[in-house]
Amino acid sequence: MYMKANKILQKPVVKPMMALLLMCLAMTLLSDNFATSDNFFNVLRQTSVNLCISVGMTLVILTGGIDLSVGSVLALSGAVAAGLAHQGFDIASADIHVSITFWGCCLAAILVGAVMGGMNGLMVTRFRVPPFVATLGVMTIARGLTMLYTRGFPITGLGGGFEFIGTGWLLGIPMPVWIAVAIIAVFAFCMKKTRTGRYIYAIGGNERAAMFSGIRVNRVLLLVYILAGMLSAVAGILVTSRLDSAQPNAGMGYELDAIAAVVIGGASLSGGRGSILGTVVGALIIGVLNNGLVLLDVSPFWQQVIKGFVILLSVILDRYSTKSKL
Amino acid sequence: MTDGEVIVEARALTKRFPGVLALDRVDFRIVAGQVNALVGENGAGKSTLMNILSGVYTDYEGEVLVDGRPCRFAGVGEARRAGVAIIHQELSFVPYMNIAENMFLGREPLTPLGLTDQARMHAEAREWLLRLHLEVDTHTLMDDLRIGQQQLVEIAKALSLGARVLIMDEPTSSLSTSEMEILFDMIAELKQKGVGIVYISHKMDEVWRLADFVTVMRDGQLVTERPMSELTPDEVVQLMVGREQRTDLDYQENVPGRLALEVEHLVLRSAGHADRKILDDISFSLHSGEVLGFYGLMGAGRTEMLETIFGLHPAQTTGNIRVDGRPVQIRHPQEAVCHGLALCPEDRKREGLVLGMSIKENVTLASLNEVLRHGLLSDKLELGAADDCRGRLGIKSTDASQLAGQLSGGNQQKIVIGKWLKTKPRVLFLDEPTRGIDIHAKTEICRLVRGLASEGMAIVFVSSELPEIMAVCDRIITLREGRLAQEFKRGDFTEEAIIKSVMSV
Repeated sequence: MYMKANKILQKPVVKPMMALLLMCLAMTLLSDNFATSDNFFNVLRQTSVNLCISVGMTLVILTGGIDLSVGSVLALSGAVAAGLAHQGFDIASADIHVSITFWGCCLAAILVGAVMGGMNGLMVTRFRVPPFVATLGVMTIARGLTMLYTRGFPITGLGGGFEFIGTGWLLGIPMPVWIAVAIIAVFAFCMKKTRTGRYIYAIGGNERAAMFSGIRVNRVLLLVYILAGMLSAVAGILVTSRLDSAQPNAGMGYELDAIAAVVIGGASLSGGRGSILGTVVGALIIGVLNNGLVLLDVSPFWQQVIKGFVILLSVILDRYSTKSKL
Repeated sequence: MTDGEVIVEARALTKRFPGVLALDRVDFRIVAGQVNALVGENGAGKSTLMNILSGVYTDYEGEVLVDGRPCRFAGVGEARRAGVAIIHQELSFVPYMNIAENMFLGREPLTPLGLTDQARMHAEAREWLLRLHLEVDTHTLMDDLRIGQQQLVEIAKALSLGARVLIMDEPTSSLSTSEMEILFDMIAELKQKGVGIVYISHKMDEVWRLADFVTVMRDGQLVTERPMSELTPDEVVQLMVGREQRTDLDYQENVPGRLALEVEHLVLRSAGHADRKILDDISFSLHSGEVLGFYGLMGAGRTEMLETIFGLHPAQTTGNIRVDGRPVQIRHPQEAVCHGLALCPEDRKREGLVLGMSIKENVTLASLNEVLRHGLLSDKLELGAADDCRGRLGIKSTDASQLAGQLSGGNQQKIVIGKWLKTKPRVLFLDEPTRGIDIHAKTEICRLVRGLASEGMAIVFVSSELPEIMAVCDRIITLREGRLAQEFKRGDFTEEAIIKSVMSV
């Protein structure tokens, strides 16, 4: 029993988890408004968008890659969902107007995410473009397509129960939190229990050894980028639904928050090391930090400075603790 | 027994790593004008000792004296200034810098204006290369050199530092025979000049040729330091292992079974130049229960041949392959695995293992299908597979969750082999399975190979060590410059004949 407790304490996720608890404790002491159930759900709801994106980002970073396109893919898929919900589409030749249900819009958005993610994956695998550059290109393309699709204006007035998924509550818990939790549960389970999950770790740990072991490295990579795109699309639906509108510049800079969450959660940017659970803790740390700094009335400019230092500090601490191991 | 003056002396050096006593009160001397051969199995503490003497490790117990004065290097730079230079087994250079830039990295000669003096740098670099008979332009990028040439550049760099003490860790592991001769001449010349040399090697013939005295280490302790004249190679090996060494296996011929693998007219073209053939018309066949050796010089195409059959270069390959008599198309390692092939690659750290993963995860990586329960990975089945493999192959480790990167070379190699045995292969390719591992583990692996063959596995065994390949194989095929040279049956094995067949005429 003692051995078991010891083993759990050695898990890399423990340290960020303790940091999170300490932060929550400190905030409770510093502000009366922090430890309320309203604020609790507020933090969770605000974090849920980053959580969806970060789970996808974790997969990509575990393979040793990076995905800069998530913010733009969020915007594009959100815009497509909003556009379809707003006006459906016309088949001009047959003179038919098709209006689309909420679920149809979601499906279309996720498909858009999958296509953009697939494009990332193809660039990385088929054309051997480094992930940073490949996803930088797709990021720009997706943002441009969003502008084209929205003509640069927000799409508003979606109707059709579209706002429920972003603003509704179910059994006393906000819908976005349900969705994020479901995604986290599914992916955390799959990373531990499926072959593909293991392959993702192996590819990040040593791509060549993975290939020599008979793993279809390119297929796994393609899948990972597609999943990251689809998860960005889910985040896009949440954002659009919450605002009841799709903004052409939605999701700007979200990739950085996602990368930060993954890194704070203990993942290595060179791949092979990290976990979904760690990322969840990382995203919550960022969420609590954002929330806490607002409650403490810190100026938004200082908020950024502090957030930056937290990211650096977490990586430095992590470096010190892993160095002794190998 | 040694007449030169002692340049560096270590007294009662002790070094601890978490959970391991890497060095245990070791005394060591480096004498001017003499070669001290440092031998011992992997994990004996040789590298740790050298890392202390060259300033890599700075926290240790005990004393280091340079010219009789106690001193404690605070880093590699300080050791270098004191005249201690080391050439590591694993080369360290900047691949996209040229030869001269690498040689003078961190100590570039400057013009009066404070810019790097390119002309002087290249002139000096050229001079050092000439002394090592390395005829390449000093503007060549390190990345464009062969490994042997890279090693010679590293040696030239150490020499150019004006070292009084030169530590060489397995310097010949990737040199060709002629390059080795040049290195040995150089060592003789350095001895003349009073440089003290530490020569770490697994190869007894080199040790006997070069060394004045030999220091034997075992399990972090000094076993003995003696002049060469007092010892025979067998005695040294015995001191290293600390037990009677069985030099050869008890070879038993297996009755060859059905045809397991047939390769016909295999051609591998260079990726850049389609008219250049790396492998040219390779054909051979292999029966189950047979160990077939491939021998050849560096660059003869042995590794490329295994990789090509294994589906790693599908775009550049032509030829026919049959497994168990059925023609197969192998365009990816995954297909090779499906057809019952397995490849233990030459470079186990880069290609064989995921060092950051546990023993368990490495062992099951190629056969995750076998540890599924209801389509999901089962911890219990995985652990069973790993423990089975640890027991069967004698992998020394605390438990199956230990990281592969923390193990010694021999144990790492056993994990790679164990990984492939889990796929139950019909044909097993072993590419230099004993490179850089200690003698004890070598013998174990050779025995294992014979054992697997007697169970009916077909095995291709590639090795650069002639005695070993002759002991293990039923048949040897030699390669020369990408072509088949000659085939030898067990009865016709002689070192001379085999070596002759791989040399260009």
